[in-house]
Amino acid sequence: MTTTATAPAPGAPISASRRRRKLGGSLGRYIFVRFLLIFPTVFILVTMVFIFMRLIGDPITAALGGRLGAEELAQRRAEAGYDRPIIVQYLEYLGQIFTGNFGTTLTDNQPVVEVLTRYGAATFELAFYALIVAFIVGIPLGMVAAAVRDRWGDAALRVFAILCYATPVFFSGLLLKLVFSVWLGWLPVSGRASVRTELALGRQDGATGIYLIDALRSGNPAYVSDVLQHAILPGITLGLLTAGIFLRLVRTNVIGTLSMPYVDAARSRGVGEYRLVRKHAYKPALIPIITVIGLQIAMLLGGAVLTETTFEWQGLGFQLTHYLAARDFVAVQGIVALLAVIVALSNFVVDIIAALIDPRVRY
Amino acid sequence: MVQKRTLRSRLGRLPVVHQLRQSVGLQRGMLIAGLVITGVFLFTAAFAPLIAPYGFAQLRGEDGLFGAQQPPSAEHWFGTTVGGYDVLSRVIWGAQTAFLVIVIAVLLSIFAGILLGLISGYIGGWIDRVLVVIADAVFAFPTLLLAIVAAIVISGGQSNLWGGVMAAAISITVVFIPQYFRVIRAETVRVKSEAFVESARVIGAKTPRIMFRHVFRNSTRTLPLIFTLNSSEAILTLAGLGFLGFGIQPTSAAEWGYDLNKAIADVTSGIWWTSVFPGLAIVLVVLGVTLIGESLNDLADPRLRTRRRAATTPADAVAATQPIAREELGEVV
Repeated sequence: MTTTATAPAPGAPISASRRRRKLGGSLGRYIFVRFLLIFPTVFILVTMVFIFMRLIGDPITAALGGRLGAEELAQRRAEAGYDRPIIVQYLEYLGQIFTGNFGTTLTDNQPVVEVLTRYGAATFELAFYALIVAFIVGIPLGMVAAAVRDRWGDAALRVFAILCYATPVFFSGLLLKLVFSVWLGWLPVSGRASVRTELALGRQDGATGIYLIDALRSGNPAYVSDVLQHAILPGITLGLLTAGIFLRLVRTNVIGTLSMPYVDAARSRGVGEYRLVRKHAYKPALIPIITVIGLQIAMLLGGAVLTETTFEWQGLGFQLTHYLAARDFVAVQGIVALLAVIVALSNFVVDIIAALIDPRVRY
Repeated sequence: MVQKRTLRSRLGRLPVVHQLRQSVGLQRGMLIAGLVITGVFLFTAAFAPLIAPYGFAQLRGEDGLFGAQQPPSAEHWFGTTVGGYDVLSRVIWGAQTAFLVIVIAVLLSIFAGILLGLISGYIGGWIDRVLVVIADAVFAFPTLLLAIVAAIVISGGQSNLWGGVMAAAISITVVFIPQYFRVIRAETVRVKSEAFVESARVIGAKTPRIMFRHVFRNSTRTLPLIFTLNSSEAILTLAGLGFLGFGIQPTSAAEWGYDLNKAIADVTSGIWWTSVFPGLAIVLVVLGVTLIGESLNDLADPRLRTRRRAATTPADAVAATQPIAREELGEVV
């Protein structure tokens, strides 16, 4: 950390910028570099999770420690290979992940990938509803807030946005449940559908696991309305969290674009204020939303765990809490690692979409 | 003596005091509302033993057991929980737990994040690249999931007051380090190329001295903002952990998330007081802290600050080079 270490410092920015110039410009190159970045991201997260989980010892002792005798425990550990050196286990784990094997749960002996395919659809469906709510609520309100900037309407909307963020999803979920399901009795308390619908949808040929699609395909309006009724509260609960962020983002961006010179130029040409806001300020302000959706995927997944627990929505998050309670850390490790892959992949997709829409991103 | 004088002249430049003077109208109202709510929270946390009518794990009063799920009454203003605790007392004591976790988590992550950010930004090279990739990977991942993994490691899932507080705080720290790291690194890279850093190098100052004396002191301007944002996130993460059953045992300390978890079943049978009050406590504290953070953010960004007669302030120059709002949304600088 003495003078020798500082030597490369002045040179570093130059070489970095030169490299960027070389890579930028071509979309294909950009996509390629972004794609390569998936690997270190997944690798780091998987490694971190592995190290963390092994710090507490092996999963067998954690799951069955109190219930089995010492000898039987040792035998089970040897069978599963947990008595070998940690580095061997780590390399083996990396190899397994690379081939798509995320382990087998201890408590109910299922491949983690199986758990994902069975429950992932439910989480996806929930996230989809949440994004719809977030768009419907967040973007128009953000535009309104920017248009009435610094007046009472703006202040109220901003406090609303902060409240969306400040309310933990499980609390807003409980409140909605209390008011709309228990007191008013309008909507079901929990679950993804009533038992009869669930059975009928599961029996269908080629069921996707996404109930809305299955219900639509069945052509029975009773099923569709049942599925939608169950979706309203969880969707709103998780959606409001993201809606607050969209609101703030749209507001900030619209205010930013409204102070751009071209808006002033348009105003001086006599363009009306309404048209000014609609045509000149909104469109460029919406582009960053796409990038933010990418960041929201992580937040949606975290929020989904809590929302699913609140509403007993049988998705990945609900399953995760179930395994946590059972102290099945192989399952936890597998699900978390799998989610790391999903987050990295979806960030990649969002980056590409952003680059396609806005060429500035590529440079 | 010398130090005292500089202290006094610096009072006006202290983060919040300066912004309070700078603000006008609604923005000032939001800042003040945030300060008041946060003040009440800090007061409650500090004097919880004096304010709370009962202990957080107290089950019986002078005339026997409290009873489970009692509706609000004169003895128990907020009713009692399914476990027979007094809700009001647990809400008040919960402030103390939340405060402890925030302070420990934020201090730890500031310390680690600043150190790594300085090293990464100033020294550069492969260390910088590796650290940035790691930070980005952690940053992109769901906070709560990482915190769950960390909580399993640290406490094995359940623990006493200090074990639980430390577990929650450290798991939150793991998640927050990248945020401080990114900000301090970006600042360091900017400050590093300033003339005064070069001058220091020319006169032969050692790297650690330049890093901490010259670079670090000029890289701290965004810290108050991130501090407030992280405090609110820390409360939410703590509550989330508690809600998923990784909280602190009810006999060791009061924790709002844990109480909410126990209230899920109550809600279905129409018992509202066990969930509404701890939940409101979380919302209020996060709201207060976030109001402060939002106001600081807006005041630092000339595009968002409510215009005032006075001309430019130092914050304009700051924000002109680096709009904080964008960075905070995760845009890579």
